Amino acid sequence: MLKTRMSGNEAVAHAIKQINPDVMPAFPITPSTEIPQFVATMIANGEIDTEFIPVESEHSSMSAAIGSSAAGARTLTATSSCGLAFMWEVLYVAASNRLPIAMAVVNRGLTGPLNINAEHSDSMGARDSGWLQIYAENNQEVYDNFLQAYRIAEHPDVKLPIMICQDGFITSHAVENITLWDDDKMKKFVGEYEPEHYLLKEDEVMAVGPYAASGYCMEAKKAQAEAMKRAKKVILDVAKEFESITGQSYGFFEGYRLEDAEYAIVAIGSVCGTAKDAVDALREKGLRAGLLKIRVFRPFPAEEIAEALKGCRAIAIMDRSEGYNAVGGPLGAEVTAALYRAKSQAEVVNIMYGLSGRDVRVEDLEEVFDNLVKLGDGEKVYNETCPYLGLRE
Amino acid sequence: MEQKTFNYKQIQERPERLAPGHRMCAGCGGTIAVRNVLKALHPGDKAVIGNATGCLEVSSYMYPYTAYEDSYIHNAFENAGATLSGVETAYHALKKRGKIKEDYKFITFGGDGGTYDIGLQSLSGAMERGHDMVYVCYDNGAYMNTGIQRSSATPQYADTTTTPSGTRSDGKPQGRKDLAAIIAAHNIPYVAQTTFIGNMKDLYIKSEKAIYTPGAAFLNIMAPCPRGWKYDAPDIIEICKLGVETCYWPLFEVIEGKWILNYEPKKKLPLEDFLRKQGRFKHLFKPGNEHLIEAFQAETDRRWEELLTRCNA
Repeated sequence: MLKTRMSGNEAVAHAIKQINPDVMPAFPITPSTEIPQFVATMIANGEIDTEFIPVESEHSSMSAAIGSSAAGARTLTATSSCGLAFMWEVLYVAASNRLPIAMAVVNRGLTGPLNINAEHSDSMGARDSGWLQIYAENNQEVYDNFLQAYRIAEHPDVKLPIMICQDGFITSHAVENITLWDDDKMKKFVGEYEPEHYLLKEDEVMAVGPYAASGYCMEAKKAQAEAMKRAKKVILDVAKEFESITGQSYGFFEGYRLEDAEYAIVAIGSVCGTAKDAVDALREKGLRAGLLKIRVFRPFPAEEIAEALKGCRAIAIMDRSEGYNAVGGPLGAEVTAALYRAKSQAEVVNIMYGLSGRDVRVEDLEEVFDNLVKLGDGEKVYNETCPYLGLRE
Repeated sequence: MEQKTFNYKQIQERPERLAPGHRMCAGCGGTIAVRNVLKALHPGDKAVIGNATGCLEVSSYMYPYTAYEDSYIHNAFENAGATLSGVETAYHALKKRGKIKEDYKFITFGGDGGTYDIGLQSLSGAMERGHDMVYVCYDNGAYMNTGIQRSSATPQYADTTTTPSGTRSDGKPQGRKDLAAIIAAHNIPYVAQTTFIGNMKDLYIKSEKAIYTPGAAFLNIMAPCPRGWKYDAPDIIEICKLGVETCYWPLFEVIEGKWILNYEPKKKLPLEDFLRKQGRFKHLFKPGNEHLIEAFQAETDRRWEELLTRCNA
């Protein structure tokens, strides 16, 4: 165990070093570029012997990752924003072929206007592609999540690709304290990849990527959907084992002072650190404020989220990704649906924040809590379904 | 590496690696290309076969049946090059770590749509990185799978469903892209252009060289499509021969940057001999369109001369 300081990208690279995967195709894109740079440097210095493929685009990095994973190699890549969007077609191919590829996603907004800062529109755009998605608040979490990635993705009950997401620049580039776990313990925890079937398996031939007519396709999709459901148990089991080694506790989400909360914010990613400060400040003033920080977005733990929020009078669901559906964002839609199914009576507002890296301050979130109190009292606070936080007037 | 003697019967007696029962059309040039390229794998040698989306893929691996005797991967339309570079790299990674013992060859097939057009970037990347693989383009000169739309491999004036000939159209306005030259400009160890000639000797020798030359190799095979080219299916071999004898489709190799002409017709036949057999050029033979054939002939001559210059340099 080593207590040190590093950025989120360095933390992911350190996890990669400890895992020493077989193959990494990658194409640079800000703010994830450092990850392939770190990997290439570790290879150049003989610290790991992963095979790096310097592909000519992200479409090819995911395509090569599919080939590599199907061939039987533990495979990863990294990307952001437009790079992830460029992979979109083949993300579905990876998932439907049940290939446990790990991808470090450093979240950045999709272009329009071009911007390089934190936003979730990239991975949210891929939320229905069949990939598992795990998000992090800080560098420690993204490191720990990456160490757990292959254990979840490669599990025989799952066999699905996985995105390990963190917020561009805010955590990918900011240097923070971190605890690194011992190499031998992590190597043992992650283990060897031993797929059941693969292209290069001795005494076996295999065909990958069929054309399937309507008579077969729907069954394949159902099997894939069931794997996503089964991933829930695997994610918790792997987290428990990780905790037994490191003491770090992970679940589908983190409830921060949520148990007796009347007013809650639901959010993903680095903003949760800011939200915790807001919660603490308001608790000082006697307000029962709380936070539900989503870690696992795919599979979506709908029932568990609704259960954790059942004592709340008013809830603000924070989206860092526009849905452009005239109603709100993806997290807003899914959490609201979860609450509806659980027959929640809570007042709910979906708030758009932090687009293209727009800064969010503790005071901004305190104001959200103030408004939740009014909402809970039946006051009309917002003039629109999905108000923007911190928008220039 | 190259077989000293070519025994057609012996080669054809090798076990089929593309099993019968696939759903390609009768007389399909693509199928002939795949069968014969795979015959060049030495018996007992293992291979992973890649495939871009296209006629070949949807007809040879329809779940739950595969026509391939070897391991096979299809990913998407535009990424056969990248996909097989991933497979090939995984092979090296697993070999290095002692996880696999056997040797493999890597061969991928794409039509001209998946190769000249939508897959050009992925192909260029795979060739430039020098993966030990063969990319085989079965060039039938249009997007046949989606119903005969023009590609950048479609010859000038061809009637396709997106360049139909009509009262105000002579067919495709542009000439075809010279993909073999583009790939040769990647300075890879082996590039060749061939088609179905005689007893397939040219195709066999080039396939064997491509497969057994270390590094990236590219084969461009003219593979006529009876539906798209509109000819009688049994005429395929004659059409290929005319393609070569008119110098429309020259046979050449580029080995380590050196251009080599494999066949020079003693008497170059007029291009219209090649065109006349094909319904897609029917409009060229209407009175008043003589100038179109002349223009096409001039462009074919120019390209032939350019090739001769390259080969004699």
